[in-house]
Amino acid sequence: MREKNAELMTGNEACAEAAIVAGMRFFAGYPITPSSEIAEVLAGRLPREGGVFIQMEDEIGSMAAIIGASLAGVKSMTATSGPGFSLMQENIGYASMAEVPCVVVNVQRGGPSTGLPTLPSQADVMQARWGTHGDHPVIVVAPSTVRETYDWTIKAFNYAEQYRVPVILLLDEIVAHISEKIALPPREEIEIIERQRTTEPPEKYLPYRCYESDIPPTADFGSGYRFNVTGLSHDESGFPTNNPMKIDALYRRLNRKIEQHRNEIIAYKKNFLDQADFCIVAYGSSARSARRALQEARSQGVKVGLFQPYVLWPFPYEVLENIAQQCTHFIVPEMNLGQIAHEVACATKRRVIKINRVDGGLITPSEIFERIKNVSV
Amino acid sequence: MFPYEHYLRYDKFPHIWCTGCGCGIVLKAMLRAIERSKISKNSIALVSGIGCSSRTPGYVDFNTLHTTHGRAIAFATGLKLAKPELKIVVVSGDGDATAIGGNHFIHAARRNVDMTVIIYNNHIYGMTGGQASPTTPLGNRASTAPYGSIEPSFDISGLAIAAGASFVARSTCYHATQLDKLITRGLLKRGFALIEALTPCPTYYARPNRLGTSVDMLRWYKDNSIAVERARKMSEEERRGKVIIGVLHDTERTEFSDEYQKLIKKMKGKRR
Repeated sequence: MREKNAELMTGNEACAEAAIVAGMRFFAGYPITPSSEIAEVLAGRLPREGGVFIQMEDEIGSMAAIIGASLAGVKSMTATSGPGFSLMQENIGYASMAEVPCVVVNVQRGGPSTGLPTLPSQADVMQARWGTHGDHPVIVVAPSTVRETYDWTIKAFNYAEQYRVPVILLLDEIVAHISEKIALPPREEIEIIERQRTTEPPEKYLPYRCYESDIPPTADFGSGYRFNVTGLSHDESGFPTNNPMKIDALYRRLNRKIEQHRNEIIAYKKNFLDQADFCIVAYGSSARSARRALQEARSQGVKVGLFQPYVLWPFPYEVLENIAQQCTHFIVPEMNLGQIAHEVACATKRRVIKINRVDGGLITPSEIFERIKNVSV
Repeated sequence: MFPYEHYLRYDKFPHIWCTGCGCGIVLKAMLRAIERSKISKNSIALVSGIGCSSRTPGYVDFNTLHTTHGRAIAFATGLKLAKPELKIVVVSGDGDATAIGGNHFIHAARRNVDMTVIIYNNHIYGMTGGQASPTTPLGNRASTAPYGSIEPSFDISGLAIAAGASFVARSTCYHATQLDKLITRGLLKRGFALIEALTPCPTYYARPNRLGTSVDMLRWYKDNSIAVERARKMSEEERRGKVIIGVLHDTERTEFSDEYQKLIKKMKGKRR
């Protein structure tokens, strides 16, 4: 560990710092527990970096403002929790439709409604995937430690820029508020991706024309390229269309651009899965407890492994399908009533043992360990 | 002859507006104002929400952004702060700006973000088929107020003044040349400038309220509008039912993006 780069920070602080490193220079947000520290840190940091922080009048306006800023070519972010995330959904769909890169942090709380503002939860996994209406592309990542939060905040921006989509960073109260000593990676080792900008002259530029991939090159508002952006179904010129062929082509391309890159986007970590009969699938702070339970079980000779997805959506169905060749049981601890467990069942066709808590308490290592023991006997 | 062709995207015509709609009159006034204020097409971002008025950006050759219902001003705020050199013009309707978007409207006015907001006030939701809006006058009919509206209506200009806008003016589609002069002043104002343009909707507002044709509505504007200077000398009783037009409010306030740039200048590069 390079001690001179070591820092003690919370997940929320790591998220804010990493966003600056990723090049984020516009943040709009509205106060909400347990995400507010991200806004507080950035209110101080951004003007020092030449960037802009604005506290908007609500979360709908926050989401709108970051889309506006991103259209001007500035990497943008907002941060919120469940109720605010619900309010943002319409404009998240706009970002999907108009293909505007941006990052939305959701430090989850229990719900529905005001729910459990100060307690941990992982109940927004499905809202993150399907919260806005219509078939739409989205990428959702869920780190489990402060260091993972740092790394995945940067990667969230990279994905947003590369694929022109909103990327949802799903934290939970434990990951957001825990303080951990982390060694920050040297800047030169961090990969930063910028959106591909057009090389066409303005008179030839069509904002949604694709060339070698399904991701159209962008141009910034005010850079001499005058074009139209709309949330209506549109053709490659960016203007509304009612032509069924063009509409069909748009929706299929929007979703295909993520689907066809799913193997590059999906990321996960496997622990002891080579010699395992059972598999724990855990993400976010539940993965912390799962790691401890795994150690305990392994030390007692139980053949169990851990699969931790960093990227929840697109969901790694094929990877789990392969693991199911060898593992007979899947144990899915999550602080909701079984949102990812359902996907695991779809992917593996194996017995899925759900460990769920929705009372605001975290899932302890011993809860997971006890279930592993019950399965193994 | 004014060079409209310099600004219009002719290949996007015919437009979607009804015969007799006032949206085109406001659009042309806006283009004359932009020409007069000598702002280049590249530096204008025209932002709209959802509704009849909000279809304006599709027909004009600027950086154009057609957003979600009510949110144009919030998108525009992000655009302005990220690129302060952009000249932001927002076009919106009475429903878009003061019902679903009311919160963004008053807060952008309070912050005094530099943008020119043109609200086409036709007293009705036209795009969705004639439902009552926050500016449907008390007693007037709409598809969702079949017995006449029992809600008092908003005074859009008054709302903007109370919220802190730098410049507020009102005119009508009858007073088209005054409209472009007012929009010009709004464009040249550093800060939040609102221009309320009363706009005839012959299809969904005039018809259920038996107000006649578009021409009848324009005539009504002509006969019932009073210059603000004259209105100030009149009693409240005399002003009732009249449309007060002209510059209603013009003041100097610090502008938000300027203030933020000052903050950046002061703090940039400083260590934590």
